[in-house]
Amino acid sequence: MSQTTATPTAVVTVPVVPLLKLGTWVVFFGLLAMLAIFFVSADQGALSLPAGNAVHEWVHDARHLLGYPCH
Amino acid sequence: MSTVPGESSALSPAAFLIRGLAVGLVAGLIAFVVAFALGEPQVDDAIGLEEAAAAHLTPDEVAAEEAAADEDGMVEISRENQKSWGLLTGMLAVGAALGGLASLAAAAVLGRLGGLSARGSTALVGLLGFVAIALVPFAKYPATPPAVGSGDTIGGRTASYFGLLLVSVLAVIAVVVLANRLLARLDGWTAALIGAAAYLVVVTVAGYLLPSVNELGDFPADTLWYFRRASLVTLASLWAAIGVGLTVLVGRMYDRFAADVARRELAASL
Repeated sequence: MSQTTATPTAVVTVPVVPLLKLGTWVVFFGLLAMLAIFFVSADQGALSLPAGNAVHEWVHDARHLLGYPCH
Repeated sequence: MSTVPGESSALSPAAFLIRGLAVGLVAGLIAFVVAFALGEPQVDDAIGLEEAAAAHLTPDEVAAEEAAADEDGMVEISRENQKSWGLLTGMLAVGAALGGLASLAAAAVLGRLGGLSARGSTALVGLLGFVAIALVPFAKYPATPPAVGSGDTIGGRTASYFGLLLVSVLAVIAVVVLANRLLARLDGWTAALIGAAAYLVVVTVAGYLLPSVNELGDFPADTLWYFRRASLVTLASLWAAIGVGLTVLVGRMYDRFAADVARRELAASL
């Protein structure tokens, strides 16, 4: 398992992704993903952004079938 | 030039995310096909029941509904659009979001879970994602078809659902960290079983403390079961596609990385 043996047949240790570098991506994409899930799962139900029911009606069936509380 | 363990530009967060988004879109498409074939007949049945019930409304109630429908921003979308393009939009959006999040989780656990390979740790993310994000919330607050649920309680039900989802996600992250710490003293199976037990205790207590929902009324039991079964199969197919697809793509990405390292070590040894 050691990398000190520099033979071509040496087992390559599974690398890790640095957490600090990953953290930026998690924050950035985490917010985007939550926004996307919010529009499908909860918008114009308990909370409305924007007002009306167009988003709710359009994704209505996906909201029911993915198990989110719809109405 | 030898590689420094723990540093790799080939396995960057962006490389994971782009694979996660691609896998998520495909998974969303698969979930759409499953939901359309298995779920939509039940949704149509439920809407039929809803409309049959609406036929008995008093003129005052009908007038109130029509007034509400005339407010600004209120639209009516045909059933044909809801069950095809609307359903597809929702599945693709949720698929891409969950696929992307799963890929970043796979990046976080890569090489960090004891002796698990790149494929092993990625497959575990898919499995835990299904349990924590789909199965556990479903067990307490199962999907309900149209015609079930009062508009007056949607706020409370939404808060309860997402509260349980939040507890479940935080708990699964915590027990993975816990089980990983235990690896120093215990073998992998024991550590994993202790982690699984700890997770189940946390979500069971959370589920016990959160309010129950029962707004079924006299909704027919068979339609309800068919709908819930279709919903669970849809969620399972979404997560299965994310888990399998991500495992394949991350595995290949790791293979290329490993081949690259082996080639450089060979060159260095000459």
